[in-house]
Amino acid sequence: MSQRSIAVVPRGVLVLFALGLAAQIGLKATAPPPRAAAEDLAPAPSIAALRLASFGDPVPLGKALMLYLQAFDYQSGSKVPYRDLDYGRLEGWLARILELDPRGQYPLLAASRLYAEVPVEAKQRSMLEFVYRQFLLDPNRRWPWLAHATAIAKHRLHDLTLALRYARAIERYAVADDVPLWARQMEIFILEDMNELETARLIIGGYLQSGRVKDPAELRFLDERLKELEARTAGKTPQKN
Amino acid sequence: MTIVASLARATLLEAVRNRLVWLAVVVVVIAFGLAQFLNQVAITESREIQTALLAAPLRVAAVFIVAVFVITSMVRESSDKVTELLLSLPAPRSAYFFGKFAGYAMLASILALLSALPLVPFANSQGLVFWTLSLICELLIVTAMSLFCVVSFAQVVPAFAAVAGFYLLSRSMAAMQIIASAPLQDPTLTDRVVNTVVNLIALLLPALDAMTQTTWLLQSAPSVSILGAVVGQTALYLVLICSAALFDLYRKNF
Repeated sequence: MSQRSIAVVPRGVLVLFALGLAAQIGLKATAPPPRAAAEDLAPAPSIAALRLASFGDPVPLGKALMLYLQAFDYQSGSKVPYRDLDYGRLEGWLARILELDPRGQYPLLAASRLYAEVPVEAKQRSMLEFVYRQFLLDPNRRWPWLAHATAIAKHRLHDLTLALRYARAIERYAVADDVPLWARQMEIFILEDMNELETARLIIGGYLQSGRVKDPAELRFLDERLKELEARTAGKTPQKN
Repeated sequence: MTIVASLARATLLEAVRNRLVWLAVVVVVIAFGLAQFLNQVAITESREIQTALLAAPLRVAAVFIVAVFVITSMVRESSDKVTELLLSLPAPRSAYFFGKFAGYAMLASILALLSALPLVPFANSQGLVFWTLSLICELLIVTAMSLFCVVSFAQVVPAFAAVAGFYLLSRSMAAMQIIASAPLQDPTLTDRVVNTVVNLIALLLPALDAMTQTTWLLQSAPSVSILGAVVGQTALYLVLICSAALFDLYRKNF
């Protein structure tokens, strides 16, 4: 259907439209940009309520909630963007998102690489424990985040006992073929730092004898690592004497 | 002016004869019953749960009823050639538009008042007054947008889809802006382009996310300045959308 010419539109309507458009743009342009406030993070809803809200398709809701949560996390211009968050509530949200989308890695990436790196030790520890607990539910898929948590415990918290606990959990529970060598060896590295070289040597020996290692490159690597550790242990023994 | 008043009265009469008010009453009763049921389930914060779970569905239902009624009523009028008959009267097209808009606006106000009624026992009174006024503003924007879309598209499905998209986008735009402006890594060119596009769209949308907040019913009422901002935004957006709808209506060949 052809339209009539613009000339038939009364001038008042055109002026009104132009003024309305300019005023709307002006109003929105001068309004302060929306910002998420850390204290505004509400407690996570129950998993039953979220499943109801997902209308039988929980994964998209989980993804959307992660983005929603991220909006609370990242506050532009703040040097410590996550420090002000209520970590109890934050854990609740992350746990709910993982329940909705168990194969999703985003919540654990955020937990281990973002929330666990705030300059508040108590919050770091609570987030590392969260990662550990979630790792235990699906070790073969979630080990990378616990591996990173191990590194944080070792290098940031300087808590070698904690790092060792995480490293042992990876070695013990992450048994899938695609778990790489370096992750399985984290326990050895941690023990090495604790001057427990002899223990590390025994663990590597046991690891090799267990028959779990099938990859020739991995076998060679471990063998070389074991020889290196033995040499260092032998080098240390005379010094002690 | 007589034509505007007559059209408004006829539009309101159409709503009454379509049993739209009864539909609204049924929705209110169902929502009230649902809230009572959930109150039995709740262990704590039962008043808050009742209020929140009553207010939010009623608001959405009111928006849905208004949008569907405006669109279907206008399309039916057009199909029955009543629009052409009315436009042949010795009055400008703007009189026809404002007559219809006035009728729909009255209906929207009645729906907002009906939606507020079941909240009276639970919500604080000042907060409820502000909530109701804000809901009227929200419904007026939806009414104007529905009229604009139905004048432009002249079909039920595209018009309703456009109104629904507009409403959902306006409600979630602030959250989208926050997400767009908060990439986890250094923003790339694509991030910046997306951010700019989101901000440009936000400029054209009304701040519906700041309207009709359930927290007003649960906690202390908002300041008058917040209500003033809601009314101001509504007035401004009505000017914009009504003039855009008039522009389309004047250019339309019947």
